[in-house]
Amino acid sequence: MLALKVEKVKKIFPSLNSKGQEVLALDDVSLEVNKNEFYSILGHSGCGKTTLLNLIAGFEVPTSGRIECAGKLVSAPGADRSMVFQDYALFPWLTVYDNIAFGLKIKGMSSSEIDQVVTRFAALVGLSQFTGHYPHQLSGGMRQRVSIARALVVDPTVLLMDEPFAALDAQNRGMMQAEMIRILNEESKTVVLVTHSIEEAINLSDVIVVMTRRPGRVKKIIRVPEPRKMVEDTPAYLEIRRQIRDLIAGEHDVSETV
Amino acid sequence: MNYLRSMFQLRRLVLLAILLASWEFASRYILDKTQATLLPPPSGVLKGAMELSSSGELWKHVLDSLRREFIAFCYASVAIPLGITMGCFKWLNEQVDPIIEILRPIPPIAWIPLSILWFGVGNVQNQFIIFLGIFFPILLNTIDAVKNVEPSLIRAARCLGAGDWNVITRVILRAALPQITTGIRIGLGVGWMALVAAELVGANSGLGFLINDARTVLRTDFILTGMLAIGLIGLCLDRMIRYSAKTLMPWARSLNS
Repeated sequence: MLALKVEKVKKIFPSLNSKGQEVLALDDVSLEVNKNEFYSILGHSGCGKTTLLNLIAGFEVPTSGRIECAGKLVSAPGADRSMVFQDYALFPWLTVYDNIAFGLKIKGMSSSEIDQVVTRFAALVGLSQFTGHYPHQLSGGMRQRVSIARALVVDPTVLLMDEPFAALDAQNRGMMQAEMIRILNEESKTVVLVTHSIEEAINLSDVIVVMTRRPGRVKKIIRVPEPRKMVEDTPAYLEIRRQIRDLIAGEHDVSETV
Repeated sequence: MNYLRSMFQLRRLVLLAILLASWEFASRYILDKTQATLLPPPSGVLKGAMELSSSGELWKHVLDSLRREFIAFCYASVAIPLGITMGCFKWLNEQVDPIIEILRPIPPIAWIPLSILWFGVGNVQNQFIIFLGIFFPILLNTIDAVKNVEPSLIRAARCLGAGDWNVITRVILRAALPQITTGIRIGLGVGWMALVAAELVGANSGLGFLINDARTVLRTDFILTGMLAIGLIGLCLDRMIRYSAKTLMPWARSLNS
């Protein structure tokens, strides 16, 4: 069953480069995302992968083509496509509890229901002890857990993640990836993750979408043989990593010559 | 320990004490009688202050001034919703901005002659002048604060299902609050200065009136007492807002530093 369908999407930004020309960020991008599967969009910085995510979220509108979420045309942001941001984007004036509860309050849920859901998700991301803290009192990894819980409570059709672990140090990043796997085991979700880390994509995904560089197109869609069970440094792992690395290395920096 | 620390704090007042002592000495032993009338010693000012406060006259003027400041502030707080709408809607900003840019550089005091003709001498005229002093700092800070709200916070709210109204009330207003408070703090300061100026020429009560009235009867001790009261109350207003902002918005780092 399809959770998300991206159909021949093209995005042109009016005069973003230094010469004042239009920039073709995405060209003819099509993608079908199955329910309860984890998709990683992988590519160089500037390949339009974040643009693609913003289009899916509804923050921006495609120049042509269409995006459907659970069969409904995407035209604006909505809670069926909640997002986890690289810079966490937590509301600094709200406690962890109220940050997680944000989407539920908008929905108009009663406070006893909210309490139940928030308690469950705070426990899921391992923050039960910290619900009264403010974001500035938490470490980067903990902030990102809040952000993940906040996006999950609204029960999105697709969870969007924009380089969520890029701002963390290597140890925390590995730990958060493991956490993400654990959370998805308990709470199965359709996820679209944008990343530039090949290892992160292999560790988390069912499907890896490799993008070309400017304009961004889908270069190859790769299914991970044993999703979330790949052991690092085994031959199978090294093989898929080499395959992806070659695909990405084939993308020269052509932006200067165009 | 606490005692030691407060002793240490007292060290900062050394220069002030020396200055006060030399002032006392100068006006008692160096200045002649006429000059000493123009600059009474600190002890004389203190005596004047006691006289003014025990007669209740000082408090009457303080209360009148504070009441004017407060009422003008209530009116001027329209600047908050106005600033938020201006920050949110570009077309409104385009229309209102030129008007503000023309009016803003005119000091509130420059409005005094016109406002006396409009409203006569008294409360309304004073409040109008103070209003002008408070209004613009609040408005400009609010507009700026709304423009500076992290776009990712607005996006986060939108993808959690928030519509325009929820984005404005739950995100923009909250995120802008620390800087709006800064605007209020600056505004009350400017308003307080404008108030005294307005009372100097267009009032029958208030601290500005008190010091001007004391001039006509050559009570320099009353003048100095009034000036000190103006300074101390201004300082207190500023500290009170800072303190309450810090307590109510512990998350706002700009206020905590």
